[in-house]
Amino acid sequence: MIEILSAERCISCNQCVRICPTNVFQEVENDIPIIARQSDCQTCFMCELYCPVDALYVTPNADGIEKVEESAVIEDRLLGSYRESVGWGKGRKSTASDDESFLVFRIARATN
Amino acid sequence: MSKEAKEALKLQADVLVIGGGPAGAWAAIAAAGQGASVILVDKGYCGTSGATAPSGTAIWYVKPEEQARENAMMSRMDMGGNLAERPWMQRVLDRTYHNMHQIRDWGYPFPIDETGGPNYISVQGPEYMRLMRKRVQKAGVRILDHSPALELLSDSHGVAGASGINEQTRQPWRIEAAAVVIATGGCAFLSKALGTNVLTGDGYLMAGEAGAEFSGMEFSTAYAIVPYFSPVTKTALYQFATFYYEDGRVIEGAGSRRGRSIIAKTLLKEPVYARLDKADESIRQSMRKAQPNFFLSFDRLKIDPFTDKFPVTLRFEGTVRGTGGINIVDETCATKVPGLYAAGDAATRELICGGFTGGGSHNAAWAMSSGYWSGEGAAQFALKQGTNRFNRNARGLSEFSGVSTQADSSKSKISTDEVIRLVQDEVFPYDRNWFRSEQGLTASLGRLNQLWLEIKQGVRADEGSRVGAREVAAMTATARWMYESGLARRETRGMHVRTDYPERDAAQHYRLISGGLDQVWVKPHTAPNNGNAEEAVQA
Repeated sequence: MIEILSAERCISCNQCVRICPTNVFQEVENDIPIIARQSDCQTCFMCELYCPVDALYVTPNADGIEKVEESAVIEDRLLGSYRESVGWGKGRKSTASDDESFLVFRIARATN
Repeated sequence: MSKEAKEALKLQADVLVIGGGPAGAWAAIAAAGQGASVILVDKGYCGTSGATAPSGTAIWYVKPEEQARENAMMSRMDMGGNLAERPWMQRVLDRTYHNMHQIRDWGYPFPIDETGGPNYISVQGPEYMRLMRKRVQKAGVRILDHSPALELLSDSHGVAGASGINEQTRQPWRIEAAAVVIATGGCAFLSKALGTNVLTGDGYLMAGEAGAEFSGMEFSTAYAIVPYFSPVTKTALYQFATFYYEDGRVIEGAGSRRGRSIIAKTLLKEPVYARLDKADESIRQSMRKAQPNFFLSFDRLKIDPFTDKFPVTLRFEGTVRGTGGINIVDETCATKVPGLYAAGDAATRELICGGFTGGGSHNAAWAMSSGYWSGEGAAQFALKQGTNRFNRNARGLSEFSGVSTQADSSKSKISTDEVIRLVQDEVFPYDRNWFRSEQGLTASLGRLNQLWLEIKQGVRADEGSRVGAREVAAMTATARWMYESGLARRETRGMHVRTDYPERDAAQHYRLISGGLDQVWVKPHTAPNNGNAEEAVQA
């Protein structure tokens, strides 16, 4: 579930408000957006990919709220880790071109 | 949430596409390619909504070589209960081949394999759907995000558009259109299987109100293996897993494919653990590159899935990874209602996979193929209607079910959360849905039919939840079509398992058509099946 919207990093572009498929965020006039409906979060991680400044953190726990500290997440280099792994963002190259599913499927067939 | 009534946004288009996943995006692009004006509405955001966007998915892509195509068609024929139809499989393989090359030309960065050329058998969802949104916009299609459709409009000539609301501005919208494509996905009953919480069967309810029929709703027992905490449904990777009891003993016969029912039966009694210990060092990096978000979950919890055992469960995927859906009556993916088309998971996928689908592969191929055909067909239908095609004085169809498009404010009415819980209690448990029996299905239907009557009296919206009255009604209706169809199929075929009829019965080698709102009905499909003539002869 979405747990962190970093006030320090957020630039109020409201991209998360626009792209969240379950409308979890809400725009606030003259301020940064808020996580308005946390329980509607479906833990799809899409907001992390579309946030240009890595201000969002979604825990992999889909069913429950889990308090996480921003400082700990930053220390573990997790803020923005998903965006980095798919190669989205300035100066990066999409890792879709490194997709080795074809190798995985081939070996899975041989294994089973 | 403001209660003041805003004036509706009124728009007209030749074709309205409802749903902005892959099927809807392909439909919109194909319709615009025919010269039609097109509007696409999505209840979330076209580009992130639905089951495809957040995940990596395999694609049923097979080169046009006779033996390879033949093997691809026959490989799942028996698993699907011999209900797939060869002409449909052939045209989907052809269309998928073309569409995949199209997205390469649009700039999708396919990986290069050892042949030195692009490999087309998978796509990364975020990349694919970001590209599709760009192409939809480039085609001149107007996109309305955060704009769920609440009901279809129609007149005596057929479907004439839809109306809904923008969830962010609370402004209602009404779009008059000469043809409508339903690409709203399946129904996963808010199970939080990755990306599926927007998939509540809304399109089924709207199509049902318009008089459309369904096919294969009994093939709706798909459950995906997930780490117990996680939404990430990547069952394919568990081909590398061994499954364990809590005390460390191996669960014999448990597996991601045919052995999944053993996992379910074990989970009914005790926890099940998995470890991806059949993946050797050389393949681990490839797995990471194939499924970044699968590993994201483990990395964040500091679990190494290759060396640590982790608890797993089965998350319900309903008709999203089932194969049933709105019945289509011709090659343009038309429904029996004039002007109404269906594509992707909203439509039946039995035509290419019968009663079983192992994963995203066939569904993804079906989404891009049926999306393309439905958009093309809807545009051609619309453009034939002449200049008066928009001014039809059409009316809303929700009156046919009696399920209001508005929440009820009365405290005495059942609430959205209550309906969700009651429906989930009927469809989630393995011993009700996966392992079905006449006794169990009949008891569930009794409760679901009662719930349906209560919903018609009005549904109160729970504070702070975005799930609306129409969505919980759609879930209830979907469960009723599923279970009436499951009751009518007195045999075990495809993914549909009857504990009281554990064998396949050649005399029931047909698809089941269903429909109805207050009175749900089910009947065998009368057209001959093109899939496997042998079983038909035995019958």
